[in-house]
Amino acid sequence: MLIDTANMGLIQVEEDTKILPPNIIITSFDKLINWGRLSSIWPTTFGLACCAIEMMAAGAAHYDFDRFGIIFRGSPRQADCVIVAGTVTKKMAPVVRRVYDQIPEPRYVVAMGSCACTGGVFRTYSTVQGCDSFLPVDVYVPGCPPRPETLLEGMMLLQEKIRKEKARWSPWR
Amino acid sequence: MAVTEVRISIHIAGLNPKDIAEKIKEQFPDQVIDTAEFRDQVAVIVKRDKIVEICRYLHDDPHLSLDHLQDVTAVDYLNKKDVRFEVVYNLYSIKYHHKIRIRAQVPENDPEIDSVVPIWAGANWHERECFDMFGIVFTGHPDLRRILLPEDWEGHPLRKDYPLKGPEPEKDWPGFIEVLKRSKELREFEWEG
Repeated sequence: MLIDTANMGLIQVEEDTKILPPNIIITSFDKLINWGRLSSIWPTTFGLACCAIEMMAAGAAHYDFDRFGIIFRGSPRQADCVIVAGTVTKKMAPVVRRVYDQIPEPRYVVAMGSCACTGGVFRTYSTVQGCDSFLPVDVYVPGCPPRPETLLEGMMLLQEKIRKEKARWSPWR
Repeated sequence: MAVTEVRISIHIAGLNPKDIAEKIKEQFPDQVIDTAEFRDQVAVIVKRDKIVEICRYLHDDPHLSLDHLQDVTAVDYLNKKDVRFEVVYNLYSIKYHHKIRIRAQVPENDPEIDSVVPIWAGANWHERECFDMFGIVFTGHPDLRRILLPEDWEGHPLRKDYPLKGPEPEKDWPGFIEVLKRSKELREFEWEG
């Protein structure tokens, strides 16, 4: 039997989303999956330098990452995202890359702080000049170190980016 | 009943650093080259040949008792002094609260000095760092490897003739070149939106 959605009393609440009171919602697959992903970005617990202190402050009670569904995971295999928090040295670069490689798809990278974005003040022999030389960075968060609000803003930008994705769930992408 | 606590603190007066320098001069007249003073910090510049004997004397003498080695490092005086390197020992006495600095000259063509690990075990990692950064070989060190940089790193970065921005990209540390190469290979599997 075909259901005629035109005569069911559906109410359009926003573009692509209709509801039938009390509890039927019709929406697109993209919207549903992107909503699920952006509401539970789990970063892996990985800090490199002083930015990690700000990241911990953002995760603790006062700024409370949990209210965005951002929960730090102890293993990259259970995570969706890596926050590169701090100076990446050349000796550390293989480790950062390995942490990223272990994260299952879909995965995101946030470069936190001047050092992870560009190398910062450390134009020296041992520092990688921006972790985008070996990682696909989604959001750059500037600051030295960025305040927790700035990191929150960066994570919200990442959420907006995930919201705009098209068919990342599909095997034919 | 009232309890009265009596605390007796004995402050043993230490020596003036100039007097320590004089003592070293008396003990090793042919080893001391010069003394330097800057803001009441006295440094004794010595030859490298008997550095272990000098340090052993400073450590064991009951009136000096310099039992705490605060730091071992080196300075590169490229184009500033005739002898290029000076290994610096900062010594402190926990008993007498006095301190002295020993600077041993090490030439460029033969950057070697005896290790003081048998006297102060804490010198172990300081000397490894000094070897890592300046390439000064501490003979008699139990485990002289690089401590901070990767083991296959080329060069000693705190030398003044080492390029500040590091080696050329193609001559960089092989481990980092490999990471760049692998990330390039894996780029085609990344989501592009």
